[in-house]
Amino acid sequence: MSTAAAHNHHGEEGHGHDPHLAHHFDSPQQQFDSGKLGIWLFLIQEVLFFSGLFCAYAVYRANHPEIFEFAHRYLDVTLGAVNTAVLICSSLTAAWSVRAAQLGQRKLMIGCIVVTIACAFGFLGIKYVEYAHKFHDGLLWGEKFNPKYAPGGHGEEAGHSPTADAEGHSGQHATAPGATITQEAAGEAKVTTPRNTSIFFSIYFAMTGLHGLHVIAGIIVYVWLLWRALKGEFGPKQYAAIDFAALYWHLVDLVWIYLFPLLYLIR
Amino acid sequence: MSSLDTTMGHSAPSHAEDNYLTHAHGIKSWLLTLDHKRIGVMYLCSTVGALMLGGVFALLLRTKLLTPGPGILDMSHDTYNRMFTLHGAIMVFLFIIPAIPGALGNFVLPIMLGAKDVAFPKLNLASYYLWVFGAVFFVTAMVAGSIDTGWTFYTPYSVTTPANGVIWATMGVFILGFSSIFTGLNFIVTIHKLRAEGMTWFRMPLFLWAIYSTSVIQVLATPVLAITVLLLTVERTLHVGIFDPSLGGDPVLFQHFFWFYSHPAVYIMILPGFGIISEIVGVHSRKHVFGYRFIAFSSLAIALLGFLVWGHHLFTSGQSALASVIFSAITFTIAIPSAIKIFNWLATMYKSSLQLTTPMWYAFGFIVLFVIGGLTGLFLAAMAVDIHLHDTYFVVAHFHYVMVGGTLLALFGGLYHWWPKMFGRMYNEMWGKVGAVLVTIGFNVTFFPQFVMGTRGMPRRYFTYLPEFQAFHIASTLGAYLLGFGIVLAFANLAIGAFRGRKASANPWGGATLEWECSSPPPHDNFAVTPTAHDPYDFAHLSYDEKTDGYVARRS
Amino acid sequence: MSTTTHGHAQDHGLSHVMSAKMLLGVWGALIVLTVVTVITATQPMFNFGAYANLVIAMVIATVKASLVCLFFMHLLYDRKFNLLIFMGSLLFVLLFVSFSMMDTAQYQPAIQSRVEAQAQ
Ligand SMILES: [Cu+2]
Repeated sequence: MSTAAAHNHHGEEGHGHDPHLAHHFDSPQQQFDSGKLGIWLFLIQEVLFFSGLFCAYAVYRANHPEIFEFAHRYLDVTLGAVNTAVLICSSLTAAWSVRAAQLGQRKLMIGCIVVTIACAFGFLGIKYVEYAHKFHDGLLWGEKFNPKYAPGGHGEEAGHSPTADAEGHSGQHATAPGATITQEAAGEAKVTTPRNTSIFFSIYFAMTGLHGLHVIAGIIVYVWLLWRALKGEFGPKQYAAIDFAALYWHLVDLVWIYLFPLLYLIR
Repeated sequence: MSSLDTTMGHSAPSHAEDNYLTHAHGIKSWLLTLDHKRIGVMYLCSTVGALMLGGVFALLLRTKLLTPGPGILDMSHDTYNRMFTLHGAIMVFLFIIPAIPGALGNFVLPIMLGAKDVAFPKLNLASYYLWVFGAVFFVTAMVAGSIDTGWTFYTPYSVTTPANGVIWATMGVFILGFSSIFTGLNFIVTIHKLRAEGMTWFRMPLFLWAIYSTSVIQVLATPVLAITVLLLTVERTLHVGIFDPSLGGDPVLFQHFFWFYSHPAVYIMILPGFGIISEIVGVHSRKHVFGYRFIAFSSLAIALLGFLVWGHHLFTSGQSALASVIFSAITFTIAIPSAIKIFNWLATMYKSSLQLTTPMWYAFGFIVLFVIGGLTGLFLAAMAVDIHLHDTYFVVAHFHYVMVGGTLLALFGGLYHWWPKMFGRMYNEMWGKVGAVLVTIGFNVTFFPQFVMGTRGMPRRYFTYLPEFQAFHIASTLGAYLLGFGIVLAFANLAIGAFRGRKASANPWGGATLEWECSSPPPHDNFAVTPTAHDPYDFAHLSYDEKTDGYVARRS
Repeated sequence: MSTTTHGHAQDHGLSHVMSAKMLLGVWGALIVLTVVTVITATQPMFNFGAYANLVIAMVIATVKASLVCLFFMHLLYDRKFNLLIFMGSLLFVLLFVSFSMMDTAQYQPAIQSRVEAQAQ
């Protein structure tokens, strides 16, 4: 179990020629491994940071499944799936940027970073489209929840048929009237929803919002890496930052891998 | 066991010309330093400042409580509520949690490992500035509407209270949380990757085992606090209804979130204290620590078990009976590793060459307070008893015994133990002991009456009280004045010692851990020659040298 | 955690280099699994009830997550300690979520009956 990095009895001159080696490390390997353990510990705290929202999700879904079965139909499965694919592609380029850096393929590395940033912006763009629809249709959190139509009522938002799936579950709970819609003369719909349906959107916005903030943070990190890469700071012996940023980016992808089925793909 | 025969060359008349204090000059060399020792000193000054601020609130509260009603300070209900909230929040988030890891951990940890610095010096400085930033948010909360929720920020009250400092305070907690996470992360990596030659896990000083266990909690638990206060902030600004029952949310869920962090956080507060006491008891008893591995593993056991008991804070909050029974049962098991430590400390002292130095006096005080605080915790862990005692002064007394006994006395013990190393000068031993005695007595006079009041039904956080409690409140308040005086005296003695004390040798106590091998104060890079680690509690090769008034290693 | 566990990576410098084939393979698998999870969640013929479909979706997500962790994040080739602590953190998440779920489920009937009483 011992790392016991061999602290050799050498003075400053001993490794003065390596400008990338901080004075308190003995070897580049020790420095790299320390950074790697550090970033993994950071990712662990990210996991526990997100765990609060997953906990809230699990508690409300377990206790009020009717809300989730009803409200998830307001989400657009196609857009969610496309966004999943976009993030997976950015994960590929992030992983490849590490490989390119390790092998000294500078142009490929820069290309991978650029594509990663582009995918991240693409993800945010699609997310913006989704958010804009939700805001427009009153599909919001808490007291702001004021849906203009039942799920599937206005085609553009419908992922799949609302009535086909709803039958099995609605009406099980005494206080959940299930999805019914009352057409009124002016074409404006008065929508009856299960009690506390707004909780779904509170959780939806909390989870995707926090994830979105992590995407934005990732963009900032990758723009900074791009700037450094263009200055020629990275190479086969000097790629720790690329590696660690990629690990962070994969974690952002991991969170989304779970968010997508939990929010969009409920039956 | 081979002796340290070569590395003591620079320990002779200490105060090497170049030490970390004289290495660079000017305010900028402090504010932008990456030296873990200077960052530790900055943490010390800042957290002690927070202690003083929180202490002023405590004294104001105690002064008001001399009589029922507004009292001699003519304090209103609202002011009282804000004051106990600020007292609790400042003490917990700005002092107790960061103080020992930030100040002593930073200063001692790399030297004990034989390293030149922590693994990530810039992150270390960033942690410090996050603390400062968080403190600024707290001060803003004080002036921008204040907070009256108690340090626990329970919903739904924290969502609806007109005291508008809540958001500032929760964002302050969020920022301080990341300060704490980064400190823990840094220490874990340092311990894993920067140990000197020969420093195996079981040659690590027990202080490092304690700090390591603390760091594990900091990294695993604090993020949950961060998301909790973030959600609370969102709840208060946007009314999302996750915790607010009027919107279908679940306020008990908030308590689950909060205590998933805050119970383990109790061990962030006490574990570093355990580590310090283990060092003090070993070195000042001049005898090998008894049951080294038991003490080491009990730290880890406490850290992990601490994650399994948070529901004992929810016994009367609407938590289900099933969960309460489980949490109550697991809570009792924590007494085992805690008692292991106490028994091993006592066994170390037994038939040893005990030196009645100031640090040892603090260790005695710590053990007394922790035994009382720990055992009363078992009362509260028993559900039936807790129904009677919950939200009374009994709880207040219990957690002050553990948290203040744990952190404050251990911090003083550690400061008095390492002060000669940190500043290269000795303090006045007589005044040191007076301070230790005053703090211990003052503490007991303050809080023991609160146990009695609690069992008789005095509720906590109440502005006024029935006349039958007045005698206890007066005793408690007088004790608080004595405690406050003792704390100021203890710090004054240290401060005067740092500037005027006689010069300390490299190893005034005869410690065998690596920090006693470098000069006092340590040079900028800690060691002229990287040391080799041996058994941290084998004192056989150290003998007293009158010339330097310190211990030196001799060829056996 | 000594240098012996690190033999494979030593050949290439500081850490393991993932082959291009592996990167593309993992990417392909992730895309395919995304399509599969959408199909099982939306097509009528795969409707096995709420619980079964939740399990299916979570199993697929976990397979995807494992692929990302083991290959993109190099955990399969990295020091095993990093894998250990990452898995360990998931245990704490499980602890947090499961206890909270267990407790909140227990007092739901009380809330429900109160809501019904208020409705009348
Ligand atoms: Cu507790």
